[in-house]
Amino acid sequence: MWAMIVKEFRQLRRDRRTLAMMIVMPIILLIVFGYAASFDVKTVPTVAAGPQGPAVARSLGEPFDVVATAPDEGRGWAETQLRDNTDGAAVAVIAGTGPTEVLIDGSQLFSARTALAALSAKAAKAAAQGALAIPRQRPTVTVLYNPGLKTSNVMIPGLCGVVLVFIGTIITALGVVRERQSGTLEQLAVMPLRPRDVFLGKIVPYFGVAAVDLAIVVGVGVGIFGVPFRGSYAVFALGAVLFLFVTLGLGVLISSVSENQGQAIQLSMMVILPQILLSGLIFPLSSIAAGVRWISYILPLTYFNQISRGVMLRAEPIGPLWQPFLFLALLGLIVFTLASLRFRAYLAPAAPRRAKDRPPAGPPPSGAEAVPGTGASPAVPETGASPAGQAGPAGPGNVGTS
Amino acid sequence: MMTAPSPGHEGDPAATATQEWWGAEDVCVRYGEKLALDHVTFRTVPGRVSAVVGGDGSGRTTLLSCLAGALVLSSGRVQLPPPLRIGYLSAGSGTYPDLSVDENLAFRASAYRLPADVARGRGAELLERAGLAGARDRLAGQLSGGMRQKLGVIAAMLHQPDLLVLDEPTTGVDPVSRADLWWLIARAAADGAAVVLATSYLDEAERATDVLALDLGRVLASGTPQEIVAAMPGTLRVSDARPEGEARRRAWRRGGRWRIWDPAPGGTAGGTAGAADGGAAGAAGGAAAPDLQDAVTVAILARELAGTRAGDGHPEGGGPR
Repeated sequence: MWAMIVKEFRQLRRDRRTLAMMIVMPIILLIVFGYAASFDVKTVPTVAAGPQGPAVARSLGEPFDVVATAPDEGRGWAETQLRDNTDGAAVAVIAGTGPTEVLIDGSQLFSARTALAALSAKAAKAAAQGALAIPRQRPTVTVLYNPGLKTSNVMIPGLCGVVLVFIGTIITALGVVRERQSGTLEQLAVMPLRPRDVFLGKIVPYFGVAAVDLAIVVGVGVGIFGVPFRGSYAVFALGAVLFLFVTLGLGVLISSVSENQGQAIQLSMMVILPQILLSGLIFPLSSIAAGVRWISYILPLTYFNQISRGVMLRAEPIGPLWQPFLFLALLGLIVFTLASLRFRAYLAPAAPRRAKDRPPAGPPPSGAEAVPGTGASPAVPETGASPAGQAGPAGPGNVGTS
Repeated sequence: MMTAPSPGHEGDPAATATQEWWGAEDVCVRYGEKLALDHVTFRTVPGRVSAVVGGDGSGRTTLLSCLAGALVLSSGRVQLPPPLRIGYLSAGSGTYPDLSVDENLAFRASAYRLPADVARGRGAELLERAGLAGARDRLAGQLSGGMRQKLGVIAAMLHQPDLLVLDEPTTGVDPVSRADLWWLIARAAADGAAVVLATSYLDEAERATDVLALDLGRVLASGTPQEIVAAMPGTLRVSDARPEGEARRRAWRRGGRWRIWDPAPGGTAGGTAGAADGGAAGAAGGAAAPDLQDAVTVAILARELAGTRAGDGHPEGGGPR
């Protein structure tokens, strides 16, 4: 048994990546579950409309946090604020022009639940004191976008992103690394295919598969789980395409630094896990501690979640979604450029590290490449110099130092 | 030292200028500090089969990678047909284990822009001849080692390349499959390809038209097998017993007997150290006719011994000449 234990540790020591994962993983999980994993919503961003809206909203106190006020506007403005998620608004209070109204964005599940709980607690307290918490009359509370506060309505749009992440990252990474593992990459490198053809040929199938999968998830979500699809299919599709570019690029990048499928899966998990935990898919972004939240904003899934929930549940048009679109496009550009460069290098003729020392093409430099002390024996000076070698670079055909 | 004429250079320099050749000229390839190829020159011409032999780390695979256009040279140059006209079998079979035999060939044909019907016809013919006709629907990963190598060679020669580069096509292959492989190789040459193959089997290299022996990245010997054998310095003896003394270093076992190389042309002197062969002389079975395997072994031995002597004698210093 001892021999086995020693062997395992020796192997483990050589497998730097597994070692790193064993150290990094607990740290990531600690951070995520310590700082980020929280369903508790401490503040609910609130907007107020109507002449008395701001006053009423402020009187609500904790956890409502008034982020925008518009005394001259009415319900229409308030609804737009919620739809576009301006400043993360989850609750809108309209007061002063008619009956006081409170609108709650049901697509922000946890904020909506917190807001409802706080409102009913205040109402109960006020009833016990024989007075109304909100002046004059009890407000009408309306939950928009997800009136039943169904979890599936919120999760399925997010799930679309997860499906794309899995296919884009893991499956693509595996597909490319398989080529290296089966020894066919060397073969591909010398085939008369342009690196671009190989790159696109490699990712287009996964792009297609991901698109079909996405359609299935959306179809099942809408058809079986009754998730609303209120917005534009085109905006949703555009977001999905941009997001796919990022995830496919990540997949190619991962495969280009992985020796085998095991490593590719390990690295993919390192990329996917934070996205699932920190993108707002499960835990609301607003509950994630500020020190960790910046990580959320470099994860592509964060932006796709905003797009998919916005479009599917709130019918958000593309205008207010410019930010997630812009960031996805930027991430896509960066990741895709890196990926195609890496891939090109991966396929290009392997350049020895000293390739810079290479003399210009043409007749061989006589004696320019003398070998310093590699055991070259003076007893065999004529090696390598065959009569043909001295005949000079004569001859027909394609001549090149490729 | 042996320096036989290089393949493709048939004595007359004028002929070289008009004859089409592929190969490497004074090529150096460096991996970091390690010189994998050290001023290697190698030429081959259409219709010929050239074998590149040498031990591990001799630079065989590096040279073949250069000839396949897969490597950037540190210096020197290669003369190669365009990529579309090169066929390459990398070490390993270079086929997709999760594709069937037919699918593998279809992919190769399409990558090399071969019309589908031409590819099918030629593929079927080669598969038939190589004994793979019954395995066309099997996954390449399920084939035996020999069958997979045959598939790899067929895939590499499917588009009738001008230059066919095969890295160890016969390593780990049973004798029957090896015969099939050699038929394929001869067929490719007959179709007009210049075939270059790496092998660790010297008996096999004897079947090639030309042989290039590499050692530590340098050319040890080149020429036809006969030329290399003829150029072997010294003489060879066969003995039942391992020799004693200094001659031990010049002896190796082959089959059940010992071969002893004597660098002196006459064959009786005990080498430079002057040590007699002692008791072994009595058991010596007399002179033997060397073959390619002997000639290459002697070349490696001669280089090693020369290196040791140089190290013993004067300080080599390691300065460039």
